[in-house]
Amino acid sequence: MTRMTTEQAIHQALAEEMQRDERVLLMGEGVATKRPDLVQDFGATRVRNTPLAEAIIAGTAVGAAASGLRPVIDLLFAPFLTYAMDALVNSAGKLRYLSGGQFEFPLVAMSMTGSGWCVGAQHNHNLEAMFAHAPGLKVVMPSTAADFKGLLKAAIRDDNPVVFFTDLGLLHQEGEVPDEADHVVPLGLAAVRRVGADVTLVSYAKTVGVCLQAAEQLQAQGIAAEVIDLRTLKPLDETTVLRSLRKTGRLVVVTEASGLCGMAAELAALAATRAFDVLRAPVVRLTGPDAPGASSWVLEQAALPTAEAVVEAVRGMLGEVAVGCEALAAS
Amino acid sequence: MSAAGMTDALRRLEAMLLIRAYEEKLVEFQRGGAPGTCTSVGQEACAVGVVGALESRDRILTNHRSAAHLIARGADPGRLMAEVLGRIDGYCGGRSGSLHISAKELGVVLTSTIVGGELSMAPGVALAQKMGQGEPGGIVAVFFGDGAACEGIFHEALNLAVQWQLPLLFVCENNDWQAFVHRRETMPDNAIADWAAGHGLPVATVDGNDVEAVHAAAREAVAAIRADGQPRFLELVTYRLRGHFEPDDQAYVDADELARWQARDPLQGQADRLLAQGSLGAADLVQLRDRVAARIEAAARFAQASAWPDPHTLTHHVYAEQGARS
Repeated sequence: MTRMTTEQAIHQALAEEMQRDERVLLMGEGVATKRPDLVQDFGATRVRNTPLAEAIIAGTAVGAAASGLRPVIDLLFAPFLTYAMDALVNSAGKLRYLSGGQFEFPLVAMSMTGSGWCVGAQHNHNLEAMFAHAPGLKVVMPSTAADFKGLLKAAIRDDNPVVFFTDLGLLHQEGEVPDEADHVVPLGLAAVRRVGADVTLVSYAKTVGVCLQAAEQLQAQGIAAEVIDLRTLKPLDETTVLRSLRKTGRLVVVTEASGLCGMAAELAALAATRAFDVLRAPVVRLTGPDAPGASSWVLEQAALPTAEAVVEAVRGMLGEVAVGCEALAAS
Repeated sequence: MSAAGMTDALRRLEAMLLIRAYEEKLVEFQRGGAPGTCTSVGQEACAVGVVGALESRDRILTNHRSAAHLIARGADPGRLMAEVLGRIDGYCGGRSGSLHISAKELGVVLTSTIVGGELSMAPGVALAQKMGQGEPGGIVAVFFGDGAACEGIFHEALNLAVQWQLPLLFVCENNDWQAFVHRRETMPDNAIADWAAGHGLPVATVDGNDVEAVHAAAREAVAAIRADGQPRFLELVTYRLRGHFEPDDQAYVDADELARWQARDPLQGQADRLLAQGSLGAADLVQLRDRVAARIEAAARFAQASAWPDPHTLTHHVYAEQGARS
């Protein structure tokens, strides 16, 4: 194992995949400026600075992907993806299907999002559910350095377009990354970060850390929480979530993104439609508000689910069950 | 008149006749309840002139008004009609319908009906060509209209093609109509050529209803791109003779303007030229029309006999094989 930051893990993944496959090229606003070693190793043809124009960066990636290349594009901040929506949603996501499978679009669109840098709503907006809703796209949002490396490598090798989100708050966080020559984490597999039998906490990206903190606090109160890190939002690893839910009967979903039509809503629906018989309490969603991200540190932090809120939610769930049992005993 | 003995100019006339007959059949289908299409009636010379200047190693991107480009490239009218009707023998298995037909085997790639979508993808196809993914020396042609020229992506695509020196031919079929709005309401006259020139592209503005003029300009542009690898721009001045899509009563169209352009029909123009030159006789023209009509009737029978897709295949082809839900 080697200790490195998320940023370093991403860089290693890019370098290794460019080394492994000469069809991989990197395009975006400043990729050559910021990664001179990749320019030196792989040439300016494969590491390309672009105009500051997200629509044409993404469109060019779509055209190149359909024509035999495997582009990775860096669109910087997630809100900028809205400029790239036509290329990603209408072209990359639909033209494989509309062409009857004649074309494939092996491309990765990277961007950063999330609170912690006080950059405000036009640089911080958790848009992952929008892309999960678009057919043909895969969506990845890792939480550990090892997964940033392994999932990015898998995304580059995938023959489908992948939208790859990096939580800003994790960029400089360190983690252990396996030293093995080819550390690849398959898309579509969640990770159980902590095992417990009383409640299932489901999350991804930075809020996985919030859930782990909450689980630690709950342990001190004699409550065993299971923590699931989705890692890939689409395809969604329903199996791992349902397996946990059948054990615990209680689900808390924690996301920094807002709740309406979001991943938390999808997981609540999963529980309601596929595990209703085992639910021992209503599903709880702890999400960001339906509000743009504020810049002020205090307001930015106020929008986030906290470990304390998770603990409180879990205690509430368990309390409801206790009250229910008492009522049953008294009747 | 045997196909083997025909001159290139005659072949171009026959190709335009075939496109016109194909689209007239689609109009007939629509009146019978089939989905409506966006025809290219009046713009046939643009497609035939440019596509005929390309080689099999070249790639084409087109848009919702694509029938002429596809047929000029050699697409089978029967498979095209099957696609429009949503049948399994269509080029895309019925998933596209008329609006996004691509045919990889013909080099007609990535058709987008989002106005400007084809422009967003074209530089990437040209980049792949330049980086050795296609056949050596191949170039890319992208077809769009004056409506797309009003999209921001028009400028982004031109700028990138120039900056990255991409082997890309931009072909703007300036047909005066942007869905239901006349071009005079949306841009200054001559703006398209000026905008392209402003990006540093060599531009040629040509009569888009004269197939020989279009063909000559396209040959010159294609040869120039192949020689130096730099993009070129063709503005073809033409007119959309039918509505935005079928059915469309064109009540919003100025009758005098429409009549002026109908008098400049590109098919009639080429026929008149060849008749005047003596390379086509009146009987030959009848024979050509009959041959084309017979092909279209056979194509229609093929398309109508083609099976509907199996509803169980609804979600096939969404994801690549290794994908979770393909």
